[in-house]
Amino acid sequence: MRVMTAARTVALIGAAGLVLAACGGGGSGGAPGAPGGGAAPPAAQAYAGPVGQGEGKLSVLAWPGYAEDGSTDPKVDWVTPFEQATGCQVTVKTFATSAEAVQLFSTGEYDVVSASGDASLRLVYGDRVQPVNTGLVPNYADVIPDLKDKPWNTVAGQNYGVPHGRGANLLLYNTAANPTPPTSWKNMWDPASTAKGKISPYDDAIYIADAAVYLMSTKPELGIKNPYALDKTQFDAAVALLQQQKPLVAEYWADVVKQGQGLASGALLEGQGWQLTANLANSSAAGKVGTTKPSEGATGWSDTWMVKKGTANINCSYLWLNHVVSPQVNAQIAEYFGEAPANTKSCALTTNKDHCTQYHAQETGFWDNVYYWTTPVENCVDGRTDVKCIPYDEWVKSWTQLRSS
Amino acid sequence: MSLAAVLHRRPGLRLTGLLTPALVWLGLFYVLPIGFLLATAFFDTDSFTGRITYSFTTDNVVEVLTEPAYLLTVLRTVGVAVGVTLLCVLLAVPLAAYMALVASARSRPVLVALVLTPLWASYLVKVYAWRVLLAPEGPLGGLSPGYGWVAVVVTLTYLWLPYMVLPIYAGISSMRGSFLEAAADLGARPWTAFRTVVLPVLGPAVAAGSVFTFSLSLGDYISVQLVGGTNQMLGNIVYQTFSTDLPFAAAVAVLPLVVMAFYLLTIRRTGALGRL
Repeated sequence: MRVMTAARTVALIGAAGLVLAACGGGGSGGAPGAPGGGAAPPAAQAYAGPVGQGEGKLSVLAWPGYAEDGSTDPKVDWVTPFEQATGCQVTVKTFATSAEAVQLFSTGEYDVVSASGDASLRLVYGDRVQPVNTGLVPNYADVIPDLKDKPWNTVAGQNYGVPHGRGANLLLYNTAANPTPPTSWKNMWDPASTAKGKISPYDDAIYIADAAVYLMSTKPELGIKNPYALDKTQFDAAVALLQQQKPLVAEYWADVVKQGQGLASGALLEGQGWQLTANLANSSAAGKVGTTKPSEGATGWSDTWMVKKGTANINCSYLWLNHVVSPQVNAQIAEYFGEAPANTKSCALTTNKDHCTQYHAQETGFWDNVYYWTTPVENCVDGRTDVKCIPYDEWVKSWTQLRSS
Repeated sequence: MSLAAVLHRRPGLRLTGLLTPALVWLGLFYVLPIGFLLATAFFDTDSFTGRITYSFTTDNVVEVLTEPAYLLTVLRTVGVAVGVTLLCVLLAVPLAAYMALVASARSRPVLVALVLTPLWASYLVKVYAWRVLLAPEGPLGGLSPGYGWVAVVVTLTYLWLPYMVLPIYAGISSMRGSFLEAAADLGARPWTAFRTVVLPVLGPAVAAGSVFTFSLSLGDYISVQLVGGTNQMLGNIVYQTFSTDLPFAAAVAVLPLVVMAFYLLTIRRTGALGRL
């Protein structure tokens, strides 16, 4: 009898759920997001200005290390000077992945966000952000032209944010096992790899683009021009390559410290990751982890500061944008985080005079074969109109299946 | 007529008054969210922005139930939960039996305290400790199983062992050591004594402890990330997909709920839930 009661309760819950589903079936999601993207983004107006007195508060959603207010390290703080200068009291929330960023920003609780290229377009088409009037951001003029008006921060001719900085996803390697620096991604993909069982790729669906970058060199007949614009054939080839890579993998990484420790100790011989990872690992034992950008090229990222659509604190938002991209602050962030600054004047202001050289900030040539994270959409981002490209949610599905198999 | 008088005349009203807050709380914060979760599994999303479009579709549920990769993950996750439960039982029964039957009355509270102390340590600290211990080039060297399913089962067993020891300890300590002596006096060999005196008590106690170890292992997704190498459990799939495709993640999340519902309904018959 008791089992019957329990079963009845479960059935009731299920029925209630179906009723809810039916009730909701009538309305739409309220989402003007263009299916597949690439079409016109939701209509929005940029702030006409002028930027006046701050509203007194600002809520910032940022990558760790981007909006330091002294709570991590009392000496690392560029938020307090901003608060004192503008009167905008800042609260900072950090996130770990772009997926988290999109999800958190969609709650509407934050005014500005530092979005990587695989998040920015989703925010634009999800109608979460407003176009940014770059004329109201004086420091925008000093931003390196390489980062302006790019597909991930500009849609239909409108700028949606201010570039923050950029970095490449480099080949990291254990120096003891590799006395001469590797020049190719080969050992991360080849079944006969010398690093078999000890490699470390990134644990995110966007890593499929890295497979595509490798295929651009090894299988040019596939005709991949942009690793984020993959039609069915190209996408399947990339996924097949990832399946082939799986036996070589020790761990897919999501934490820079763990990957750095693995590479320094020799548990991992090669991996794809950030300069930051190598710096952290080498700070405890110098010279253990080397980095290089292989000849095939690499994926990378360029972050954009974006403003919430309909935010009440519009003046504080624009003041923050100008602050974060100012020469001094951009230099501080780039050094603390470990990336190339967006502001050309920042290179003269870094504490480590070699910083910009180390991060190739001014070398335009270095970035020629670096493919910044962009959200893949159905309307191919490389401009092809004769085929449909695989959209991001399919990337996530394929990645989840790959990781589960 | 005063409130007290009304309540005195209507005992039913008293009962309702006492139960209502708890039931409302349970309904509002437990049953309803699970209902929403179930409902969400039948929605769809705009493929790009991740926004939910409230149109009914069974695609997600069908995909979760038919895609081999996910079914394999369900099997592996249940396998890990079963493995952890069995290992916990193996380790906990001798320990609890010693604590309840053999240890002196003075050392008993100390032993209980020692079993409980690891629960005070942070979850992450313990798992990281195991990560260091099991590292291929770590303290164990060649003896280490490395990162994989064995490591996951061992780590989870360590984490949930106190939850298995305590119910068994409580169950066995309801017995007296003199019961075993009485059985011996009546002519029972050790195994018969164990089978007829100890096991009937042990059964429900183990079932009660297994509810914890099974359900906690079923939903775990952090341990497998740290000591599991490239492996994945159900929780990882939810974590990977919930921001791009919430209905799909909801469909996946419903699976452990269904498994646990069946498990609890089965356990209920043993009377173990009364011992929690």
